[in-house]
Amino acid sequence: MGTLREGLQRVLSFLHKQDRDSELDAEVAAHLELAVEEDMRRGLSEEEARRQALVRFGGMVQAKEQQREARGLPWLDVLLQDLRFTFRTLDRDRGFTAIAVIILGLGIGANIAVFSVVNTILLRPLPLRNPQQLVRILSKNIRGGESSMTYSADATEVFQRRTRSFQSVSGYYAFSGPDNLKLKGNGQPLPVTGLMVGGNFFQTLGIEPSLGRLFTAEECLHNSRPAVLLSHAFWKRQYRSDRGIVGQAINLNGTPVTVIGVLPDSFDFGSIFSPGYKVDVYGPVIYDDIRDEGNTMALVGRLNPGVSLAQAQAEADLIFPTLPFSLKHPEYVGGYTGNLLGLKDYVSGKLRRSLIVLWCAVGLILLIVCVNLSNLLLARATARSKEFAMRTALGATRGRLVRQLLTESLILSFAGALFGLGLAFAITIYLAHQGSIALPLLSSVRIDGAALAWTLFVAVSAAVFFGLVPALRISGGNLQEFLKDSGHGSSDGKKHEALRSALIVSEIALACVLLVGAGLLLRSFLRILDVDLGFEPSRAASISVDYNDGGDAVKRSVVWQDVLRRVEAIPGVETAGITDNLPMSRNRSWGIQVKGKAYRKGELEDTFVYIVSPGFLNAIGMHLVKGRDIRWDDINRKEGVVIINETVARRLWPGEDPVGRLAQTGGMDARVIGVVADVHESSVEGNPGWQMYLSGAAPQFGPEGAQLVVRTKLPPETLAASVMSTLRQINPAQPATEFRPIQRLVDHAVSPRRFFVLLVGIFAGLGLVLASLGIYGVISYSVTQRTQEIGIRMALGASQGRVQLAVIGKTLLLALIGIVAGTVASLAIAVLIASLLYGTKETDGATFLSMTLLLLLVALLAGYIPARRASRIHPMIALRNN
Amino acid sequence: MTESKLDLLQGTLDVMVLQTLLTMGAMHGYGIARRIEQVSGDEILLNQGTIYASLVRLQQRGWIAAEWGTSDNNRKAKFYSITRNGRKQLAEDAAHWARLARVMGRVLAPSAEGEL
Repeated sequence: MGTLREGLQRVLSFLHKQDRDSELDAEVAAHLELAVEEDMRRGLSEEEARRQALVRFGGMVQAKEQQREARGLPWLDVLLQDLRFTFRTLDRDRGFTAIAVIILGLGIGANIAVFSVVNTILLRPLPLRNPQQLVRILSKNIRGGESSMTYSADATEVFQRRTRSFQSVSGYYAFSGPDNLKLKGNGQPLPVTGLMVGGNFFQTLGIEPSLGRLFTAEECLHNSRPAVLLSHAFWKRQYRSDRGIVGQAINLNGTPVTVIGVLPDSFDFGSIFSPGYKVDVYGPVIYDDIRDEGNTMALVGRLNPGVSLAQAQAEADLIFPTLPFSLKHPEYVGGYTGNLLGLKDYVSGKLRRSLIVLWCAVGLILLIVCVNLSNLLLARATARSKEFAMRTALGATRGRLVRQLLTESLILSFAGALFGLGLAFAITIYLAHQGSIALPLLSSVRIDGAALAWTLFVAVSAAVFFGLVPALRISGGNLQEFLKDSGHGSSDGKKHEALRSALIVSEIALACVLLVGAGLLLRSFLRILDVDLGFEPSRAASISVDYNDGGDAVKRSVVWQDVLRRVEAIPGVETAGITDNLPMSRNRSWGIQVKGKAYRKGELEDTFVYIVSPGFLNAIGMHLVKGRDIRWDDINRKEGVVIINETVARRLWPGEDPVGRLAQTGGMDARVIGVVADVHESSVEGNPGWQMYLSGAAPQFGPEGAQLVVRTKLPPETLAASVMSTLRQINPAQPATEFRPIQRLVDHAVSPRRFFVLLVGIFAGLGLVLASLGIYGVISYSVTQRTQEIGIRMALGASQGRVQLAVIGKTLLLALIGIVAGTVASLAIAVLIASLLYGTKETDGATFLSMTLLLLLVALLAGYIPARRASRIHPMIALRNN
Repeated sequence: MTESKLDLLQGTLDVMVLQTLLTMGAMHGYGIARRIEQVSGDEILLNQGTIYASLVRLQQRGWIAAEWGTSDNNRKAKFYSITRNGRKQLAEDAAHWARLARVMGRVLAPSAEGEL
């Protein structure tokens, strides 16, 4: 109670400072008058009485100051005083302030932006209920792409029944591509991306619909009434957020389907399970309908409370090998394994190292920024040394001076942080709308509370870091030394110079580490762009084609021939072909073996299968090494035909010519008619797996949808309209699917690496600029300080060249020390990023050499400008200046 | 100024001011300072100015009240008087000081066993 009252009184006193001050003045005046009167009554002269009264009163100013401190908020007074003073000084030196704020803003902004990305992808839990219970179930052998990471309907259902570790297991149908449905409304049919998910998929993830309801058990049965859930984005885009759509039927692929609900805005399937994949509608998986399709379900489960991942894994190791591939055909062995991975790990595990490297790079930037500012402040402080000497002489304590200087640093830092926040805000908005970067959760990157807290932390620690050294250095100075130092002729304190040189050396070393790291990553990226993919992505494009063949191979063959003939007639189209799957997009795998041969377990690998038309290999730009392409008349043969890649040829027929041999695949016989060069089917960086190409116009194998691939000499975009109108002529129901350059698939696959290289490269460039600014600042300052000295030297006969050489020599020395230190540090750090490199050794000499040379060059340039100025100094002017 | 004068301990001045106001009734700052000097027998080193920090502190804590008035010789001055809370506080402080003095006395007294 008492303290509360006192606090209130103090605040009131603080607010009514002038009133209280004048009241105190009046009171003190009365005090002195009373004292004088009393002494005069005792017979003293008025003059003597006044003197005595003043002596007994003691220090007038101190007493008043004491009273102010006792009644008000002294710390706030000091702070306000410091702030006012800071604003005045910074305002007086606008050039310095602007540069400092911009440098800080760049450093802090980059840090906030990267933190937001790291926080979203790595730190923040997934936007699902109790995400730590969620587990992605994968195979232990992932060589066969999607097919070896998925499970059959029977295996899924048996596992659901037998597991005790999971409270629920669900999944999604892994083999549907983008734009796989047609939405019929009033106008032309619209391509829509649909995904089938287990009936309990959303319950398992803990997602509540924002409108309507989830699937019922009846809706997951064969021949049930079709139902779909809409994604929030699709609902907003297509139905203008109309709540009335729930309960209505929409026409998908010619069938009326009831919209039963809308999912919440926070749920984005693609950002968690398949970056860059935008799902519009979700339907229930009907297990009875996919029972004969083989491995199609990608599984995700929620652990029971209290069950650890290790316990669940132990159970999975027991159950998975016993799961049936098909209950109807017990003769097919499932051969399943289950690798349980925390969902969060599955989403961001692969990116952990890249993100940490990114975080470190941006931390280095901040360090360079701090060192730079330290240097600027030191130079400024030297210029202000007289001011500080004066303040010390007037009674300011060392603590008071340090506090004043730290206040300045804090103000600068906060201004920089504000600027940086703006910058980071723009960057995060930009990133969140980059659908083409295949990074998970990227769409939910934003500046949140954690990022703001991080900003505060970064700003304060940066201020202390760059402000403390100059503050201590200045305030620790000897008063006399300062007053002496400002005299003519004496060169400025050697200690300052040494400190600044040390700062510059560390700045160069930091920049060196950044440059070398960026150089290594950039070289890896260039290596990746150089990889022979096995096909030619440039000047080719694909579009998904809609047709109705009623499942009849002969009809399909007719349709395909018609489509290809008409498309190839379009001016500009060189050649065209059809496939069910494109490289670098979705994939599936079957098995292939030599007919009649027995294999040991593990000898065969899952083989990526593509059902293609004649001419497809040509259209996508694959290289036929041996044999021939598929022909239309292959339809009429009794046996199927297959083209294998070199890897399969090497493994199944080592040392022999495979063309003409009989293979067995998908339970059928197939004659090998050709061998193609290996294709990077799932990633640019990985090694190609086993691949085979089957004739889609033959009755033995049915395609999964159809992608028309067109090769052209023109930029592919120019053909979009004519290809679409041709397809519409053939089939008026052709939806407005996108005409996508094949290059985009490759770009998408390398986009995470491109993203990281770009960012690290930008940071390295920023580091280089900051370091050169620092060098320029210090050398330029030392030239200014030594103007008279240089003038005298030149008057005594030193040539321009000699003066320049002296200045550049100093720069060179600093740069070399920094580069040596930086190179040693880079060697240590390169080992840490070794796993991120591709085709590049972490001690890659060319990278080290070129980056250090670049740094040296920039350093010399930064030193040359002041050196030139130094050599232009006119002795007479330099000497007269004093 | 002789060297034997006592420096004031933190907080002692506040107690003296309260005690002075309790015994003398309402007084102005100069009066309080003079009174403390007289009562202490000029043993205390008091810069009269320091009394004002003490006065404002006591006033803000609600232990004394202040009012502008006129002195005996017709001079405007600010008069201070002790409040009810002030009396209570003084009682506590006085007890505290008495105890402290007793304890210090005991500790510093030449021991009966004659060790000193």
